Amino acid sequence: MLTCQELTELVTDYLEGRLSLWDRMRFRLHIGMCKHCRAFLRDRKLTIQTVGKMPPDPIPPDVRDELLDKFRNWKND
Amino acid sequence: MLRGGSAGAFDGQAGGDDPSFPATLGRRTVRQATMERGDDIHVKTPALSGASVVAASVGTSNPGASAAEDRALIERLLAGDEAAFSGLVDQYHGRLLRLARSFVKDQATAEEVVQDTWVGVLNGLRSFEGRSALKTWIFRILTNQAKTRGVREARSVPFSGLGNGDGPDEPAVDPARFRSDGMWADPPRRWEDDTPEAVLLREEARKRLEQAIEDLPPRQRTVLVLRDIEGVSAEEVCNILEIAETNQRVMLHRARSALHRALERYLEEE
Repeated sequence: MLTCQELTELVTDYLEGRLSLWDRMRFRLHIGMCKHCRAFLRDRKLTIQTVGKMPPDPIPPDVRDELLDKFRNWKND
Repeated sequence: MLRGGSAGAFDGQAGGDDPSFPATLGRRTVRQATMERGDDIHVKTPALSGASVVAASVGTSNPGASAAEDRALIERLLAGDEAAFSGLVDQYHGRLLRLARSFVKDQATAEEVVQDTWVGVLNGLRSFEGRSALKTWIFRILTNQAKTRGVREARSVPFSGLGNGDGPDEPAVDPARFRSDGMWADPPRRWEDDTPEAVLLREEARKRLEQAIEDLPPRQRTVLVLRDIEGVSAEEVCNILEIAETNQRVMLHRARSALHRALERYLEEE
């Protein structure tokens, strides 16, 4: 039986699809029986999704203008 | 230490897609402007809420354009279409800066790396063959720029030969939260928010996550940005960073665990 603590260290391998068939079964079996680890897995997925939606800073207008100047120079080369 | 010196700045890339070494195309003026602007670039503008609308279409929610879309864009760029370049810059500049920040220690240097990256993109455009996605190609140019700069100025982070990622070998979850038999003693509590959008609506949650990303050891930060923000595949990340797959996975695990802890700390304080 996989412990909860072990599961928290295997979660990335699980999500990356890098667990062996056997370990994947043990992982899923544990998740099926342990609501705390289900919560942990849910929170982990939510963390990843949230990070994936963090917006970058917008480009400052003067930097944008300078890059467009570079593009014009490049195009006329 | 870093592999390859400045002469090999673009080695390890797929054949004909190598951009030539970035030259002098107006670089000086932009760099001066970057310095004059100084710390203003750290300031979060009110336009940020507008930016999140733009960002909703990038990152992991949109893993990238198809090869056909890339090709169409390249054709427009090669034809000198300014609107196409302007669109490219709007789409990538902030993201490139975020990636550059994972390689170099200060914002001004990151700005320079991104400027050099744009020069590299323009110089390489005519020989781009589409063997990798445009996005991956641009990120690779940035990575090589950052490495080259590291060799030149010893200001960036050495990338290879440091074992399984930098930083201490920290457990994913504080061991004090488990009983001696490895079962939860202090289990995760229910979070009020259950969508990324709901979490990000909280200004403070976003700040905590940004801070947690900034606090990551540099190589973990690069891996996290490429994988979880930019949606680059594990294989491509290993390729770009020249690291082994297991190493990449260990760094991803540590980085994700750190952000998970940060978010949990915040949401449970609420």
